[in-house]
Amino acid sequence: MAFETVIGLEVHAQLSTRSKIFCACSTAFGASPNENTCPVCTGMPGVLPVLNRKAVEFTIRTALATSCAVQRRSVFARKNYFYPDLPKAYQISQYELPIALGGHIDIEVDGGTRRIGITRIHMEEDAGKLIHEGEFAGAQASLADLNRCSVPLMEIVSEPDMRTPEEGGAYLRRLHDVLVYLGVCDGNMEEGSFRCDANVSVRPVGREAFGTKVELKNMNSYRNVEKALEYEVRRQVELIEDGGEVVQETRLWDANAGVTVSMRRKEEAHDYRYFPDPDLLPLIVDDSWVEELRGTIPEMPAEKIARLEAQYGIPRYDAGILASTRALADFFEASAAIYGGNPKTTANECVHWKDAVLAGTLSPETIAHAVEDRERGTISATASKKLVELVLSTGKPFRTLRDEQGLTQLSDASALDLLVDKVLAASPKEVEAYRAGKEGLLSFFVGQVMKESRGKANPKVVREVLKRKLG
Amino acid sequence: MANVPVHEWTLLEAARKVREKEISSRELTGAILARIEALDPIVHAYVTVLAEGAAAQAAACDEEQAKGTLRGPFHGVPIGLKDIFCTRGVRTTCGSRILRDFLPPYDACVAERILAAGAVLTGKHNMDEFAMGSSTETSFFGPTRNPWDVSRIPGGSSGGTAAAVAAAMCFAGVGTDTGGSIRQPASLCGVVGVKPTYGRVSRYGMVAFASSLDQGGPIARTVADAAALLGVIAGYDRRDSTCVDIPVPDYLAAVERPVKGLRVGLPKEYYEGEGLSPEVRAAVEKALKALTDQGAVVVEVSLPHTEYALSTYYLIAPAEASSNLARYDGVRYGHRAEGASGLIEMMSRTRAEGFGDEVKRRIMIGTYALSAGYYDAYYGKAQKVRTLIRDDFTKAFEAADVLLTPTAPTPAFRLGEKTGDPLTMYLSDIYTIPCNLAGIPGISVPCGFSSEGLPIGAQLLSKPFREETLFTAAGAIERAIPVRRVAPVRG
Repeated sequence: MAFETVIGLEVHAQLSTRSKIFCACSTAFGASPNENTCPVCTGMPGVLPVLNRKAVEFTIRTALATSCAVQRRSVFARKNYFYPDLPKAYQISQYELPIALGGHIDIEVDGGTRRIGITRIHMEEDAGKLIHEGEFAGAQASLADLNRCSVPLMEIVSEPDMRTPEEGGAYLRRLHDVLVYLGVCDGNMEEGSFRCDANVSVRPVGREAFGTKVELKNMNSYRNVEKALEYEVRRQVELIEDGGEVVQETRLWDANAGVTVSMRRKEEAHDYRYFPDPDLLPLIVDDSWVEELRGTIPEMPAEKIARLEAQYGIPRYDAGILASTRALADFFEASAAIYGGNPKTTANECVHWKDAVLAGTLSPETIAHAVEDRERGTISATASKKLVELVLSTGKPFRTLRDEQGLTQLSDASALDLLVDKVLAASPKEVEAYRAGKEGLLSFFVGQVMKESRGKANPKVVREVLKRKLG
Repeated sequence: MANVPVHEWTLLEAARKVREKEISSRELTGAILARIEALDPIVHAYVTVLAEGAAAQAAACDEEQAKGTLRGPFHGVPIGLKDIFCTRGVRTTCGSRILRDFLPPYDACVAERILAAGAVLTGKHNMDEFAMGSSTETSFFGPTRNPWDVSRIPGGSSGGTAAAVAAAMCFAGVGTDTGGSIRQPASLCGVVGVKPTYGRVSRYGMVAFASSLDQGGPIARTVADAAALLGVIAGYDRRDSTCVDIPVPDYLAAVERPVKGLRVGLPKEYYEGEGLSPEVRAAVEKALKALTDQGAVVVEVSLPHTEYALSTYYLIAPAEASSNLARYDGVRYGHRAEGASGLIEMMSRTRAEGFGDEVKRRIMIGTYALSAGYYDAYYGKAQKVRTLIRDDFTKAFEAADVLLTPTAPTPAFRLGEKTGDPLTMYLSDIYTIPCNLAGIPGISVPCGFSSEGLPIGAQLLSKPFREETLFTAAGAIERAIPVRRVAPVRG
């Protein structure tokens, strides 16, 4: 029997606001334990939450960029459970009435485009972190770091629209790019700014009803998400083929062992006793605010790829690489604006120097000048690479270095005439042989001229001059 | 008036006399502290007396005044706070073992505002544990006694504040009211208590019981004192998202306004119940006569959903409380059980040891009401009924400017009389609870005494943010029925 995989993803993205969602504490990563806390985010008696307007703005922008309908009225609820990293013993999260519903993003797989639905986007606060090591007061202890408490998160829930682990990976990458494009999330998976849970099930091909789903947690990279999904799909298919049944449960991905492990069954699931948080008024978003924010939505990756391809005539693959990072695409366009030439060369250079571009150590002028000088034959490819490296190490302008280093190529035919004449005069036998029909000797002459010019001659021009003189 | 003892002065008199240098804050505060020292062992209105702190604050007030600065309208005047308001570095217990030694790292908005007005903080008043109770008997620190008869309860949950004000162990205090916790003890102790409109006073730093119902408000010996104190603590605070940003009117000016033409509504459901004592009914009728004698007009109104108010309240308040009180888990502050072998055991035992029976009862009711499968039938339904109750009031206020009702069905009962029967205890709040559900303001003003010499209060209710109307009507009752305000403290 052939099976079809059904995958839905839940992404938790940390909003890049400077302060927390319900208090003024910093969200900066890497502070010492409990440094970024106050009475509000540590759940002292009597404190009250106040919603961060910027966090709402970032979520609305995400909703707009993913074609979701921004809800005029949404409600924060309390999700109640006891855990030492949750100081109020409830997490404030939107539940029944989230801020955005019904959107989608398009992904590219196997050369085609697939539209993945987004069920909802809601806002919530993060919990703290427990460190289970070390000793405290003479006893083995767990230490709580509440810096992350109330850091703003946005949960983006997809429809069960993905059919392969690769599609899952493609969706995650595209969503990641969208959030980073918008500047609403730094997208750092290692620091936990972009986290993903998956719901996965299998069903016989052709059946409409979904199979029993399993929730997967603890996957902290794209690769792990794909591997975990592959493993889990295989596990479920084998289970069914062996006559077993998939049970509804939450499983953890163990990256070291490469397996998923059962964490809790459906019947062990918590009753979170959600109810609207009486400390927060319903969130009312008026249309004028939404329209104002709509104006701030930049071009999204899919649109950008299509435009780069059309506008610059570069291959879709190159456009995709450039558009994977908004800053890289912007850099490419800035370079191409300074020197038009062949955009494909500019694209190659941008990709080649990607790290420096993203680190902000390279200017669009440098790449534009490098491409222009090469295309005009003023410098060689080798010299171009060497000069860019020098720009990075010295900070001097590209053309200043080019002239200082004497790396300009001899492309002037008249200047090369002398060199060519000299070489031909020194090799009368070879000249004779060539003229007798041994045309392979042309490379020999080119080599000799290059040697004579100490590498500065433009080989293309040299070849032309030689042909003319020998012909 | 010449020989009125210092502690019997009204809040406004005391403030004026300090301002006019008739008395120093040191002397004034000394008189109150002496009173506390003498009477509080009997009344037990305070969980924490700030004898040294108050003396130091008074000295600082005097020094500043000598240099020509006054902190505010209550410069140098001793005022107390219910032990539910967080006070930086000053133990805040909420009447519970679980917060027995809790030192808040910050001041509640109400605390900030009374201190900024120049008040000298006398201490923290006893209360029912987490404000759950109507008699102050559920306090971990033992009950407060009614200063008019120390064999009786002072009401609750702000019983400590009402008793302290009635026994002149402070000039005024701030309590909180979730279902009658300011008005009922004010009535039982013969003082004035105001439950402001929901959103009028910031809840920031007020330990939460039921967030959608809780509201802080003044308890004082005269209507004018209560009006002045509300003027200080009311007003927008951005740290409380439910606090409303509308200007605070001059409440004091409203006290003397005439009531001629004022439409006084008598909600018939409040007078039909069997539990209303004839003496309370008679006293409230006197209050009504006082109003009509001064030109007010009586209209009969109906609040048809009144009978559902108590059950609605006992779903919403415990549901919110079950969530609000979940943070007391022994992890970060407050009581922690010793010797537990794991996390779950530590949390369970901390809460088992830290909370009293009434608090546990309400946490269980609330947890049940919010549970999957029961939410719609209980919490969801209660919210719908709440809307109907609110609509009742909206309709009633089309015909009436204020509603006049009893505050409590009976005068103060005896200690232990109702502790064994929670449902009977809950009925003490039958007239006060609908006001919280509707979010409207209410006041209890003394209007007489029972044959046993126990105070009786009348409740006035008005539209949201019309506290001025309450002060006007209460002022008229107070002028017509002058009753003794300082309790004799008799056993």
